Formats: sequence, structure tokens, C-alpha cells
Amino acid sequence: MKLSSFLLIILITFNFTNLNSEENNDKIKNKISKNIRCLICQGQSVYDSQSDFAVSIKLIIDKKLNEGLNENEIYDFLKKQYGEWISYDPEFNKKTFILWILPILLFVIGGAIILRKFIVQKL
Amino acid sequence: MKNKIILSVLVLFFTFCFIVLYKGLNNSNIYVPETKIEKTLIKFNSTDLYSENKISSDQIFVGSEYYVLNIWASWCVPCRAEHPKLIKLSENKSIKLIGLNYRDNPKNAKKFINEFGDPYFMIIKDNQGIISVDLGAIGVPETFIIDKDKKIIKRFLGSLTEKSLNEINLITK
Repeated sequence: MKLSSFLLIILITFNFTNLNSEENNDKIKNKISKNIRCLICQGQSVYDSQSDFAVSIKLIIDKKLNEGLNENEIYDFLKKQYGEWISYDPEFNKKTFILWILPILLFVIGGAIILRKFIVQKL
Repeated sequence: MKNKIILSVLVLFFTFCFIVLYKGLNNSNIYVPETKIEKTLIKFNSTDLYSENKISSDQIFVGSEYYVLNIWASWCVPCRAEHPKLIKLSENKSIKLIGLNYRDNPKNAKKFINEFGDPYFMIIKDNQGIISVDLGAIGVPETFIIDKDKKIIKRFLGSLTEKSLNEINLITK
């Protein structure tokens, strides 16, 4: 009786672990597909799109996750196949540096102007 | 004087922004991937449409100087328009023309071939579209020129035209 209860507990725990890992995989899959642009209906992410391309990409994300690849490795694979444009999160490189630096630059310059005015007014 | 300088800088800045944005209006917002690519083919496994035999990419891409891989489907309307071009291309004996049947019903695919003719040396299936993603394809029809070292040297997005046929014949001469 004790042994059967013990086995039952082990079985339940094992099943829950499996369920958890599946849930985890689904979460990562959804996260990746939300960050990947559908190249057929370009206003939508792969997650939102129902095009054949998006369906294939979702399948490939699933396949790569099952092969043991992590999130970044999957992004890298898709970028290698389709270019940087497929990602909604552009990397910092010579083509995108203005995109990243300009807001910071404007913030710093704007802040400096406001600060200067504030100091001048105080004096 | 100082105000004039600030005003001139502001005017210049906004003119610059206006020109950049105005020029951007004429740019296409449809992404077109690179057509000249130097990418090695990823190994894959597939099934022959007719014999249902499993076949690997190593068994497919063997014994020829150049291969032309055409992604097609019976449900794809532009593929019908493209088909006569492929029949014409099959006369080029220096290439092996391989058909990749994309997310299709085998019955419909065979019916399509019976109706329009079979230009392919071999037709393999891509039921889930995974092989096409491995190739970097975004849809159908799409055509790739692959050399004997299994390097993709050129891709054609959409239906093949007379111009693209000439280009393929020139490359594979």
C-alpha cells in the first residue's frame, strides 16, 4: 500500500514536471513568435498572422525548441535565414546606431538646455 | 545675432528632417530579401511526391553542375502562370530542375502536374514548409540556383520571367 502511494506520488510529480516544461516551451514559443515579423503580412507578427509563412515559422520555432536551442539561438537562426529585418528588436550596429543613439542624444541635449535655463533663472 | 543662428540651425534641421521623410514616402515598405546570396544549403530530409520514398538533400543534389530548385504548390495561382517557363527551362540539360511541393495536398499536386506537364527531374514534398524556411524562402513560387558545392548562388522571388530564364541559362551555361 505504501509502495503504491509512493509510486503514485512520483507519477503525479513527474507528470506535473512534464506539463510545466510544455507550458514553458509554449511561453517561449509565443514570446519568440511575437518578436518575429511575418514577411508576408508585414504589419503583423508571426504570432498574429495565419499566413502559410507564419505557420511554417511557428513550426520551425517549435522544432528548434525541441532540438534544445534557446531563445537567442532561434533568433540568430531566423536572422541568418531572413536578415535582421525579421526581428522586431533591432540590434545595435552601424546601420541602426542612429536609431538607438538619437533619442538619448536628444534627451541629453534637451535636458542640458532646460538645466541651463533653470540655472540662469536662479542666478 | 545669437537668435538668428539658432533660427537658422532650427530651419536647417527641420528642412533636413522634411527631405528625409519626404524621400522615405516614395520608398517601398514591402521587405524584399537579398536575391544575390552565397549561402550553403542546410541538409534536409524529404519524401518523393510519387514514390513516397524518403530522400535526403545529399541524395538529391548529386551528379550535376547546377541545380534549380523551384518551390511551387497546386493552390498557388502564380505557379500556374510560371509553369510554361519551367517547361522551357527543363530543356536546359546542364541543370537538374527540382520541384519542392510546398504545403500541398499530394493528390492536387499530381493533378496539377498531369494537367500542365512535368518539367521536374524530381518532385519532393515540403508538407510543413520547414524545408522552405531552411532555404530562406518566404512564399511560393520561389526559385533558387544551387551549384555543385550546394551553395545557393541566386534566388528569384515570385514567378520566373523571360528575363530570369535568360539569367538562369547564362549562369548555368
